Amino acid sequence: MTATSPPAVLRVTAAALVDATRRRGFWTRTVAAVLIVATVVAYLIFRTDGAADSDDAAAFRFFDSVRDWVDANRDTSPFFLYGVNYVRLGVRLLVDAVQAVLLGLGFAGLVAAVSAIGLVFAGWRTGLLAFGGFLAFGVLGLWEQSVDTLVLTVSAVLLSVLIGVPLGVLAARVRWVGATLRPVLDVMQIMPTFAYLAPMTLLFLIGEPAAVIATMIYAVPATIRITALGISEVPPTAVEAATALGSTRWQLLSKVRLPMARTTIVLAVNQTIMLALSMVVITALIDAPGLGQNIVNALQRVNVGAAFDAGVAIVILAVVLDRITTNAARRTRVHQNRRRRAIVAGGAIVAVIAAALITINPDRLPGYTFAEPVNDLVGWIELHWYDVTEGLKNGISAGILDPLETVLVTTPWWLFVLVVAAFGTLVSGWRAAGLAALAAAGIAGLGLWQHSMQTLATVLVAIALTMVIGVATGAFCARHDRLATAIRPVLDAAQTMPSFVYLLPAVALFGASRFTAIVAAVIFAVPPVVRLVERGLRDVPATVVEAATSAGSTPRQLLWKVQLPMARGGLLLAANQGIVMVLAMVVVGGLVGAGALGYDVVAGFSQRELFGEGLAAGLAIVLLGILLDRLTQGFHDSKGPRR
Amino acid sequence: MAPMIAVTDLWKVFGPRAGRIVGTPLADLPRAELRARTGCLAAVRDVSFDVEPGEVFVVMGLSGSGKSTLVRCLTRLIEPTSGEISIGGEPVRAMGPKRLRDLRRRQVAMVFQHFGLLPHRQVLDNVAYGLEIQGVPRAERHRKAGEVLALVGLDGHEHQYPDQLSGGMQQRVGLARALAADPEVLLFDEPFSALDPLIRRDMQAEVRRLHAEVGKTLVFITHDLAEALTLGDRIAVLRDGELVQVGTPEDLVGAPADSYVADFVRDVPRSDVLTLRWIMRDPGPDELCEDEPLSHRTVIRDAVHRVMRAERPIPVVDGDRRLGVIDADRMLAALVSHHRQVPA
Ligand SMILES: Nc1ncnc2c1ncn2[C@@H]1O[C@H](COP(=O)(O)OP(=O)(O)O)[C@@H](O)[C@H]1O
Ligand SMILES: [Mg+2]
Repeated sequence: MTATSPPAVLRVTAAALVDATRRRGFWTRTVAAVLIVATVVAYLIFRTDGAADSDDAAAFRFFDSVRDWVDANRDTSPFFLYGVNYVRLGVRLLVDAVQAVLLGLGFAGLVAAVSAIGLVFAGWRTGLLAFGGFLAFGVLGLWEQSVDTLVLTVSAVLLSVLIGVPLGVLAARVRWVGATLRPVLDVMQIMPTFAYLAPMTLLFLIGEPAAVIATMIYAVPATIRITALGISEVPPTAVEAATALGSTRWQLLSKVRLPMARTTIVLAVNQTIMLALSMVVITALIDAPGLGQNIVNALQRVNVGAAFDAGVAIVILAVVLDRITTNAARRTRVHQNRRRRAIVAGGAIVAVIAAALITINPDRLPGYTFAEPVNDLVGWIELHWYDVTEGLKNGISAGILDPLETVLVTTPWWLFVLVVAAFGTLVSGWRAAGLAALAAAGIAGLGLWQHSMQTLATVLVAIALTMVIGVATGAFCARHDRLATAIRPVLDAAQTMPSFVYLLPAVALFGASRFTAIVAAVIFAVPPVVRLVERGLRDVPATVVEAATSAGSTPRQLLWKVQLPMARGGLLLAANQGIVMVLAMVVVGGLVGAGALGYDVVAGFSQRELFGEGLAAGLAIVLLGILLDRLTQGFHDSKGPRR
Repeated sequence: MAPMIAVTDLWKVFGPRAGRIVGTPLADLPRAELRARTGCLAAVRDVSFDVEPGEVFVVMGLSGSGKSTLVRCLTRLIEPTSGEISIGGEPVRAMGPKRLRDLRRRQVAMVFQHFGLLPHRQVLDNVAYGLEIQGVPRAERHRKAGEVLALVGLDGHEHQYPDQLSGGMQQRVGLARALAADPEVLLFDEPFSALDPLIRRDMQAEVRRLHAEVGKTLVFITHDLAEALTLGDRIAVLRDGELVQVGTPEDLVGAPADSYVADFVRDVPRSDVLTLRWIMRDPGPDELCEDEPLSHRTVIRDAVHRVMRAERPIPVVDGDRRLGVIDADRMLAALVSHHRQVPA
């Protein structure tokens, strides 16, 4: 008896579990059905006329008064005098120093320096790429703007590494630091880029320091996270051996942990650079110089051609910086001949110094601009595809977006909060639901109900499209290896692109409209979704697939009945990631006709009397982000893939 | 002679509020019950032993019996829960952080099962690591590291990286690293378990050779009885954290303290380990013996030839003192008595 009982017990327990799950599934479905009916009834009874937001809400006035107080006390309050203003000054000095170095090198010197860095740290191919890429800035006639963007990016990355690497080490080594930082980083990473800008201008005024600090805040969570990961992954055997030899804590860190984590730390720098670059471009909205200015100006005139050159320059900069850091990380794993490396590095330094002494005026390079051919192409598309693009735009706008928006806008805020709380509890547990409901109530309190619901409607439509396209493509890739291999570099490249760039093709096809923001958001968010879906599907155990196939499933049945249900965890994770990215992009779409919260934020920067409303809109975006993230996050936490 | 290492009543309990257990009735509970009652695990229970200078002291036991924990307690890589440890006459548990680091740097070095080499350093710099953190200048520590590398037979590999070496060579680096600071005591935690059997034999020979050449005190952890018997001057057997028996290889094989130890040693060919002392008998009254005696330390196998050829019993002596006699009957019984290897 005793010998056979454990399996028997196991079997009984397993059966009970399956049973409970089934019963819970039934229970959930019933409650969901009741809730849906209740929601519809409540909406029909209580719906409002969806009045436009007042432009004089209490929240706006409050933020305006904060701004007035700040303006009045900027030169007297100790908080500014001894805190904020020094930070601003320090960052200004850093930016000036970086600028002095980069400009001091001159055109030839900087091209040589970047190529040399590529050559020494990442190999000759990357060096060549860097050389060609930086020459192209001159050819495009965008040398100064490119250097400005590079200056801001480098400054923000230096700050992020200076702050983020020590914090990451602490987070990995000191338990309470890690525990405190984790939720903070969670929130920081779902914050859409726009939301950072207004508070920064309030504290640091517009201009480079505010831009660098906003960028640093946007990028530093990745630095901290990845550094902490690298440090905590150092094999304990090596640490123990070094301890047994009598290392001090500091020696363990400097001679064992940091060197062993260096590949991961270089990857952290890579991620920091990519995030920083994408944010630096957006800080054009708070008057930071650089390529972003060209794009913002051109977009506001809906002149795709004019923005295109700057877009190309940003892409080149992103690719060069990404290649250098990725290949440098890869190379940290290869043992190199020290002597040879020293010779190459010495030679490179000499070459850079020599190049810095040559003066070449980048304006005298042969120039080329994409403006005309691109505008011709856009014109051609407008002429020949008008029916298609216009049909798509109007079909989705009138068929889905407008009705959804009407429903959301005419929902009374308390009903919305209740619905979020109820469905949130059902899918994500009461904790996440409580947070989401609080966020929803906060949005109502900001006096931007109509705009928030418009933005939400746009986000929902965009995420639905993203998921449909992403899951279809992901499923296709998971089943066709050749296609997957072909598409992977495209996905890689797409993920290193700064978000602003995605507006360009959308505007080219659809002009300025809400639908444009949806298209940009879909292009922006589809690549990671494809990737997560493909991975989820490929992670389905081969034995299960084999069993289903041998039971006679058609490929279609296999996909719908086995693979997709089993990959549910991956799909929900994809939805969660996608929704955060979509929100960020929809907000940016405020620049190209999407209006609503994104536009409010931008207007707040440029018009003094709209400051309070802009800040409130920024806050509403953050709350919307928390709401959407909590609802979907709880989703995959509580119902991950069953293993 | 004062012992090099003296361990008295050492306890290590893992788990919540581990300190409350030692010295109470809880401490007498068997491991499993203690764990069920308190959630604590007594990895080392009330262990005491001495290691003499120059001795090779082997600690043996099944996996999970607390060997690694015990050896790590010696230099407080794991902080003991209670008990006394002294190394070179100095109490280790009373040492401050600085003195403890110094002990680890100069007096006691350790070799690990999974090597624990630093992958970003060349072999030479791995070996020199201990000297480097003591502040020894670069040229000198490289010279010293080169010497110990030659000692373990790795000259010519100084500028390779650990992942370019085979497992056996990596462990030689580990050995060289431990020898570099010229410590008095070397601790080995199953250093050869991860290696192939053939390479393991080479490495055991290497350790024997090094011990003969440099004469350090060795504490050697293993779960492999053959390894324990070939290397150990004395062997301690650990079960569930408790010392079951401490003795020479012959003690263990000839007089296992309990069935656990007996099980461990039952396949050992007794004639290879036991000495004549274990099989001699008292001489009969007026019994005539051979003139040439045998020392009582002679291993049985080495005496077979003479005893079987002799016409009379041979005296067994300790110096001048006669302890007993050995004859062919006794010898035959000893040769066939141990456990049969093939089932009938
Ligand atoms: N840090 C720890 N925390 C809790 N239990 C541990 C820890 N280290 C070891 N143990 C437990 O202590 C017991 C002895 O482990 P160990 O000394 O590694 O045994 P051995 O080296 O003989 O295989 C094992 O049951 C192990 O699970
Ligand atoms: Mg062990």
